[in-house]
Amino acid sequence: MTALVDVANLDVRFGAVHAVRGISFRIEAGQSVAIVGESGSGKSVTARSLIGLAGRGSTVRADRLDIDGTDARRLPEGRWRRLRGRRVGFVLQDALVSLDPARTVGAEIGEALRTHGTVPRAEVDAKVLDLFRDVGVPQPELRAGQYPHQLSGGLRQRALIASAIAADPALLIADEPTTALDVTVQAQILQLLAHRRAAGTALLLISHDLAVVSTVADYVLVMKDGVFVEQGPTRQVLEDPSHPYTRQLLAAVPVAHARGTRLSPAVGGPVAQPRPETGPEIVLEAKNLIKAYGVITAVDDVSLQLRSGETLGIVGESGSGKTTTARLLLDLETADSGTVDVDGTIWSEIDAKSQRLLRRRIQVVYQDPLSSFDPRYPVHRIVAEPLAVAGVPRAERRARVVALLDQVGLSAQVLDRRPAQLSGGQRQRVAIARALAPEPRVIVCDEPVSALDVSIQAQVLDLLADLQAELGISYVFISHHLGVVYHVSDRVLVMKDGKVVESGDVEQIFHDPRHEYTKSLLAAVPTLKSTEVIR
Amino acid sequence: MRRVASAVLVLWGAVTVTFLALHLIPGSIVDAIIGQSRVTPEIRAQIIQDYSLDKPLWQQYLGYLGRLLHGDLGHSYNQGVAVSTALEQQAGSTFALLLGGVAFALVGSVVVAVATANRPRWIRGPAATAEVVSVAVPSFWLGILLLTVFSFRLHWFPAIGANGFNGLVLPSIALGLAPAAMLSQVLRQGLERVLEEPFIITARARGLRSAAVLLRHALRHAVLPVVTLTGWLVGAFVSGAVVIESVFSRQGLGHLTVGAISQRDFPLVAAIVLISALVYVVVNLAVDALYPLLDPRLRKAPEVVR
Repeated sequence: MTALVDVANLDVRFGAVHAVRGISFRIEAGQSVAIVGESGSGKSVTARSLIGLAGRGSTVRADRLDIDGTDARRLPEGRWRRLRGRRVGFVLQDALVSLDPARTVGAEIGEALRTHGTVPRAEVDAKVLDLFRDVGVPQPELRAGQYPHQLSGGLRQRALIASAIAADPALLIADEPTTALDVTVQAQILQLLAHRRAAGTALLLISHDLAVVSTVADYVLVMKDGVFVEQGPTRQVLEDPSHPYTRQLLAAVPVAHARGTRLSPAVGGPVAQPRPETGPEIVLEAKNLIKAYGVITAVDDVSLQLRSGETLGIVGESGSGKTTTARLLLDLETADSGTVDVDGTIWSEIDAKSQRLLRRRIQVVYQDPLSSFDPRYPVHRIVAEPLAVAGVPRAERRARVVALLDQVGLSAQVLDRRPAQLSGGQRQRVAIARALAPEPRVIVCDEPVSALDVSIQAQVLDLLADLQAELGISYVFISHHLGVVYHVSDRVLVMKDGKVVESGDVEQIFHDPRHEYTKSLLAAVPTLKSTEVIR
Repeated sequence: MRRVASAVLVLWGAVTVTFLALHLIPGSIVDAIIGQSRVTPEIRAQIIQDYSLDKPLWQQYLGYLGRLLHGDLGHSYNQGVAVSTALEQQAGSTFALLLGGVAFALVGSVVVAVATANRPRWIRGPAATAEVVSVAVPSFWLGILLLTVFSFRLHWFPAIGANGFNGLVLPSIALGLAPAAMLSQVLRQGLERVLEEPFIITARARGLRSAAVLLRHALRHAVLPVVTLTGWLVGAFVSGAVVIESVFSRQGLGHLTVGAISQRDFPLVAAIVLISALVYVVVNLAVDALYPLLDPRLRKAPEVVR
C-alpha cells in the first residue's frame, strides 16, 4: 500500500534560517499522526511544505517528497493545485482570520467544490448544506448566508473544516485547529476530527499541546529546532518518553499531581513548591459588582475577597465577564453599582489624586505584553516608568530597574532592548517586573500565560509562585485554562454569562464540583491519556 | 443619516463663504457682481433690488440662501446669460472628462497593481519606478507630450476641441495618469499585505489559482483605501480639469472658470465654487455608502446570531 505522505530528509530554509532540518515520516491512509512542538520548532512549515505552500522565500529540498503517490519535488504550480483541497485538505488555526471575512461561509465552501468540480455546478448549494450537516452546524440554510464574524468561534471552526473537507480529501492537515477556542468548544472540534478519522480520512495534527493531540492521534512526532527528537505511538511517547525534551514538555503541563511542585525542569525530579500561608488581612474586596453594556450585562452581581499572599483564580469561557471583572477591580472601568475596596480604600470614594496613589497598590499583567508596551521604549524605560510616577529619584531608578529585572530572572543585558527584540517569555517577565515596580499588594494577571509555549508557561508560573513566597503578594489569576488555574490558585471563582456560578476552595471546585457548568468545563479538558489528570 | 447631515453642513459652509467673500471684496458690491461688463444705471438698480443690497445683512443672506434653494444661481453680466445656463452648456464636457479621468485612474491602477503585486523584482521594480515618474510629471506637460506624439505625429487622436469618445482619450490620460500611479502604489501595498493573511493561505490550500486568489479574495480587501482616495481625488480632479481643458482647448467648467476669474465675474465664480463643493460632497457620500458593500463587517449588524 502506498502512503499518503512519504517524506525522506525534508529540509526547508528561509534564507539563512534553517527551519526544517532533514526529517522523514510517513502517513498511511486512515492514520492519525501528530507533530508536537513549541513555536519556532518548524512544525507549521513542515505541514505547509506538504501542500507546496511553505511560504515566500522558502527553499524546500527532500530526498523523497511523495504526496498521494506523486513526486512533489519541483512540482509545477498547476499540479500542486490538483493535490490541494482535493487530496489534501488544510485547516488553519483561527477561523475568524482563516476564512475570508468579506465572503459568506457558504461561498467559501462552495468555492472549494467549484474549484475541483466535485459536484455539478447546479448541485453546489445543496452539497454545501450537506457539508454543514456533516460538521455538525445546525440551521445550515441560515449559516451558509452568514459571514465569519457573525458566527461563534465553534461554528466558524466547523465551517472552516467543512471547506477543507468539501472535495473529500484523503488527508486532512489541521494546524493548531483548537488553539483559539474555549475548552468546551475545543472538545467538540476534537470530536469532529475524530469523526472524520473514523470515516476514513487520514489526519495530520499540528499542535503545541500534547494533551490535545493525545485524544486524536495514534502516532506522535515530537519536533524541536527543525528535527524530530522523538517519535512513536502516542501511548508510548506519553508513558515512556525517551528524550529529555519530551519529558520536559510533559512535566511542564500543569496536571493534578504536579500541584505544589515546580513545573520547569530541575535536576533530580520534581521539586516541591509549597503554597505559602495565606495571611489574615483582606487586601482586595469587591461587593456586588454590576456592569452592563447596552442590553448585555457583562458582570452581574460579582463579589470576591482576596487575602494577603493568596491567589484567587477566575475561570470561564470567552464572554463570561472575567476580563470586565478585572477592569472593574483595577478601576479602569466604573461599575454601574457595587464597590471595589483595595487595601482598605474604596475606589469610588476618593478623589482622582488619591486614586492615582491607590493604583500603585494594585497592578496588572496582561496576556500579550507586546501590545501593552510602547514598542519604541527600551526595557529600562518600560520598567522605570512606574518608578518615576512613584517619585523614585532619577539617580536611583537604574539600580532599582536592575534589581527588579534580577528578581524576575532577567540579566541587565536586556536593559536596552525593545519589546520586539525579546522572546515571549522575556516579555512577560518584563511585564511582571513593571507590575512589581511600585511594590503593589495585588497583581491582577489576565491570561498571563495563554500566549506562551508550555515550557515558557511553566517558567512564568514558577516565577509568579516564587515572587508570592518572597513578597507575600496576592494574585487575581484569570484564565480559561483550567489546568493552569488549578496549579496556581488557593480559591477559585467559576464565571458564566457575567455571574459567579460557583466559588470555593480549589480542591473542592476541581474534585467535587457542584454546579453543572463547572462539571461540563472539567469534562471538556483534554487529558494526557497516560497520566492521572484533573477530572 | 449623520453623514448626510454633515454633507449638508459642508454645502452650507461653502454657500456662506461665497456670500461673505462677496462682501469682503474691496469696492462696491454691485461692481463685484457685474465684473468687467458695462451696464446701465437701471440694471445697477435691478441688481441692488435682486440682492437686497439696501436691506440689512441678514436679510441679504437669507435672500441669497433662498434663491440658491430655488436653483437660482444669479446672472452673469459678462456672459449675458443666467449663470445656470452658462454652467449647463459647459458642465457636460467637464463631467465627461472627470469620468474619463477617474475611470482611467481606477482601471489603470487595478490592472497594474494586480499584475505586479508579489511578483519578482524584475516585474515589480520597473512598475514602481514608472509610478514614481508618473506622479512627478506635471499634467500640462504630459498633455502636451500626448498631443505631440499621438495627435500631431501619429494622428491617432484629434488634437483639439473634438467631442465624443475620441476627443476624450488623451485628456483623460493626462488627467488620470498621476492619480493612477499613486493609487496603484497604494493598491499594490494593500494587496501584498492582504496576501499574507491566513485566509489567503486557506484559499490557496483549497486549490485555487493565483489569479482567482488575487481577484476573488485579495482585491476586495486591498481596494478599500483606494476607494477612500478616489473620493478625495475627484475634488482634486475639478481643479486638474482647469489645466487639462486649457491644454487641450476643450470646452468645460475649467475653461469657464479661467474666463470668469480673469473677467472678475463674481456670480459665475461663486456658482462654480458651489458646484465643486456639491460634486465633492456627493462623491464622498457615495464612497461612504460603498464601504459596507465591500466589507460586510462594516454593515450594521442585524444582531450577531449565535
